[in-house]
Amino acid sequence: MSLVTATIKRDLIIAARNPGEWLNPLMFFLMVLALFPLAVDPDPKFLSKIAAGVVWVAALLATLLSLDALFKADVEDGTLEQWLASGESLYAMALGKVFVHWCISGLPLTLVAPLLALMMNLPDDAYGALFFSLLLGTPILSLLGAVGAALTAGVRSGGLLLSLVILPLYIPILIFGASAVYHAGIGMDYAGQLGFLASFLCISMTLTPFAVAGALKLNLSR
Amino acid sequence: MWEAIKRLYHRMGSPKWFYEISAVWLPWFAIPAALCLVVGAVWGLAFAPADYQQGNSFRIIYIHVPAAILAQSAYAMMAIAGGIFLIWRMKMAAWVAAAIAPIGASFCFIALITGAIWGKPTWGTWWVWDARLTSMLLLLFLYFGVMALQRAMDTEDTSAKAGAILSLVGLVNIPIIKYSVEWWNTLHQPATLKLTEESTMAMEMLIPLLIMIVGFYLLFVTLIFMRTRNSVLWHERKKNWVKKLVQVQAEK
Amino acid sequence: MFFDSFAEFLAMGKHGFYVWLCYGITALVIIANILAPIRQRKKLIEQQTRLQRRERKNASET
Repeated sequence: MSLVTATIKRDLIIAARNPGEWLNPLMFFLMVLALFPLAVDPDPKFLSKIAAGVVWVAALLATLLSLDALFKADVEDGTLEQWLASGESLYAMALGKVFVHWCISGLPLTLVAPLLALMMNLPDDAYGALFFSLLLGTPILSLLGAVGAALTAGVRSGGLLLSLVILPLYIPILIFGASAVYHAGIGMDYAGQLGFLASFLCISMTLTPFAVAGALKLNLSR
Repeated sequence: MWEAIKRLYHRMGSPKWFYEISAVWLPWFAIPAALCLVVGAVWGLAFAPADYQQGNSFRIIYIHVPAAILAQSAYAMMAIAGGIFLIWRMKMAAWVAAAIAPIGASFCFIALITGAIWGKPTWGTWWVWDARLTSMLLLLFLYFGVMALQRAMDTEDTSAKAGAILSLVGLVNIPIIKYSVEWWNTLHQPATLKLTEESTMAMEMLIPLLIMIVGFYLLFVTLIFMRTRNSVLWHERKKNWVKKLVQVQAEK
Repeated sequence: MFFDSFAEFLAMGKHGFYVWLCYGITALVIIANILAPIRQRKKLIEQQTRLQRRERKNASET
């Protein structure tokens, strides 16, 4: 079994034994959603207008929070150096780590979001768009997030720096993802937005692992 | 008299005493709990009259209200148990507090889900941001916080202390949260059961509700006993009485 | 009985879905809360039994 598959298996098992790893982002997601009706207006008509955007922002923030821990443990206990020394492809390793991260953050978010969108009075037509935009969008968030996490791994209070670094990169995904859901809700076509997300996913899947590998090597050479 | 109280206090802090006496008490809570729940549910479902305005969906009240009451008092009990642990360092109190958290959260979840489902035929939507449901949701957040915090700590002692501090802060906050949410919005109908005012429900509707509330409380105590007994076995596993007990169990 | 027939009891005057969904979910949550400590106790006793057996073996070998 190659190092990559072994690492993926190990990380998934660790996540299964620590329910907090994937439950905490979900609870954060729910709490952030609840903030908006509390802070602005619980009127259902108002909520249905902002539901698309608010759900996407909440999902994005929840993903951002879970990124900090992506490489931290491996940097601290020296596993990362072992990878470099092993001669195995860091590109494949990065993809593997991103896959695990998506399994414990993006995938649960995608599955739970339609349920929580009920609380935000999302228009009935928008649920399909919500699911698919998140299904396409959350892997991109994990991929781009991994770049930020790799760049800030080992930096003190790297979490905040990570957010500053990644948020501008996240904005196009947010725009197209939320727009897809919003337009579905008002009955308009949203295939274009999903198409953009799909192509961005392809591009980031091929290119970001290079950046992640380079950033990790950079951090280890410090 | 003081001697008796001091003896009781020392006994309550003794895990072995708790384990032995809870074995005796457990059936006295479990069986009445099952009876009350079954009788109350059947009465509420089949024999109580339907509500004039809401029809048969009204029967959800026989779960929603008891669960909500339990969720709130469970949190208070968890905070008080945590406080007892912080002040008097009684390990049993910490174990009881840890046992309450998932049970209280379950009841809170039941109250929320039944409240939301009840809202669909009553108000037309699966969720409304009214004062009652929102307060219940925030209570669930408080439970989540305590549970997540306890599981994140490295040692049992810090976990118990952190959980106790957080639940006490939460306890003080609950009236503040409730007041501000009420001030923020209300759509929910006025409380059907008030301790100080006359209830607005007919007797045939009220009695099964009271039976269900009692049943839920008895179930709660039963579940606490079961979980705390496991805690006792785990923490005292090196002691002789536990070792003997395990041997006896193994021979069965 | 408030209802005239069992069919009516199940239907609950068009609200059957909601009422039974609520009672069903509640029953599931309560059953899960009862089973969890039972399973945990079983695991605990099994684990301690295994430990004791190993200790006895080690003690008899030395």
